[in-house]
Amino acid sequence: MSWKINFLKKSPWVFHVNTGACNNCDIEIVNLLTPKFDVERFGIKLVGSPRHADALLVTGVVTAQAAPRLQEVYRQTSKPCVVFVMGACACGTGIFSTGYHVVGPVDKVIREVDPNAIIAYVPGCPPKPEAMISGVVKALSAI
Amino acid sequence: MTEALDILFWILIFPGFVFTLIIGLIASWIVRKVSALVQWRVGPPLFKQLRVLQPFYDIMKLMGKEILLPEEAQRTTFMMAPVVGMAAVMLLATILWRVAIAQTAFVGDVIVVIYLMVLPSLALILGSSASGSPHAAVGTGREMKLVMSYELALVLAFIVVIIKSGGRLDLAVLAQQKPFLSISGLLAFLVSLLCVQAKLGFVPFDIAEAETELGGGVLMEYSGALLAVWKIIHAMLLVALPLFLVTVFLGGFVDGVSWGVVKFVVVLVLLILIKNTNPRVRIDQAMKFFWYYCGIILVVAVVLAMIGNYYGIGWL
Repeated sequence: MSWKINFLKKSPWVFHVNTGACNNCDIEIVNLLTPKFDVERFGIKLVGSPRHADALLVTGVVTAQAAPRLQEVYRQTSKPCVVFVMGACACGTGIFSTGYHVVGPVDKVIREVDPNAIIAYVPGCPPKPEAMISGVVKALSAI
Repeated sequence: MTEALDILFWILIFPGFVFTLIIGLIASWIVRKVSALVQWRVGPPLFKQLRVLQPFYDIMKLMGKEILLPEEAQRTTFMMAPVVGMAAVMLLATILWRVAIAQTAFVGDVIVVIYLMVLPSLALILGSSASGSPHAAVGTGREMKLVMSYELALVLAFIVVIIKSGGRLDLAVLAQQKPFLSISGLLAFLVSLLCVQAKLGFVPFDIAEAETELGGGVLMEYSGALLAVWKIIHAMLLVALPLFLVTVFLGGFVDGVSWGVVKFVVVLVLLILIKNTNPRVRIDQAMKFFWYYCGIILVVAVVLAMIGNYYGIGWL
């Protein structure tokens, strides 16, 4: 297992999942790929299919509609994989915590599928791109 | 016995699998790095302490990942397709390197090379249509149409070269001449450069993969080691196809190894620059481009080559 994680740290390919975000975190995530921040420096690449991904970037409170889909995407991601929870809403439902359509924070929904999932949190509304890079690098060096 | 071992060594280690793979991974790192520099980015890291390049990490990581098989997939075909593609590209690389290094044909002639160059695309079509995913199905359809559109142009470009060599099909004979020094040969070279662009799935013709619309398209359902095999095939094609262009159109390694390497790098950089300065075309635009425009150019080139060959005018 350890060599798999070691190589995963060197080239994490990410898949972006929106589970009902206001689009603010998503704009900041797209910002990461621009020349100014350029996460390809760390070997990070945005891929189009969860099957290719090593890390899920999840944004948004998990709405009732999105929860089963998030779980399905997590199941379809080939393991080992890491879940990055981006933004205040995803970390702890934020200002929408009492909403009728909110199922729960991302970690709760993911742990229903896999209790041992590796989850890292980057709070902020939205988190700055610098904060995201710092969070991802810290989380990858911790596992 | 020793002869068989010799051939195995040729195919598996020196110019065939291992050597081509290493060169191919370095080439794919160059593709990513040059693309990044064109876009004013820094690009993938070199990892100076470990002396290993980013694509090696990608492949090793994919090797360690779980392989997911879709429920609706036709499993045997789905898993065998990358193996077929890999076998074809291994043999293709061996044949081309053998001509480049030893100046003798290993096995087969130009026709065999044409077949071996189509096989990876056919394997991709087979594998993705076996995966049972609607996105992959759209990608499969596009890949089929793309193969149909560029194959015609590529074979016509081949015919120009064959006419200029006086009807010889032997690859070792074709590698001795330099068709790009004549008008018809230059036209054929330019068109086949675009065909190779389409074969590699580089940007103006990455219609089948189309990450932004199809999310990976033909490769969508592949994961783990199977995806790694596809990445390896792509890296090896990145060596084999420019090498093929260099061998057939630019005179190959006849003037010495260093000139051969220079030609190879020039072709690779041309491919990367085309990749980075063009938007993706639609499939009907690609087909029209290859059949109407490239087709007409190549018909002119074939006629010029025949006239030149008949009257003995070298530059025509």
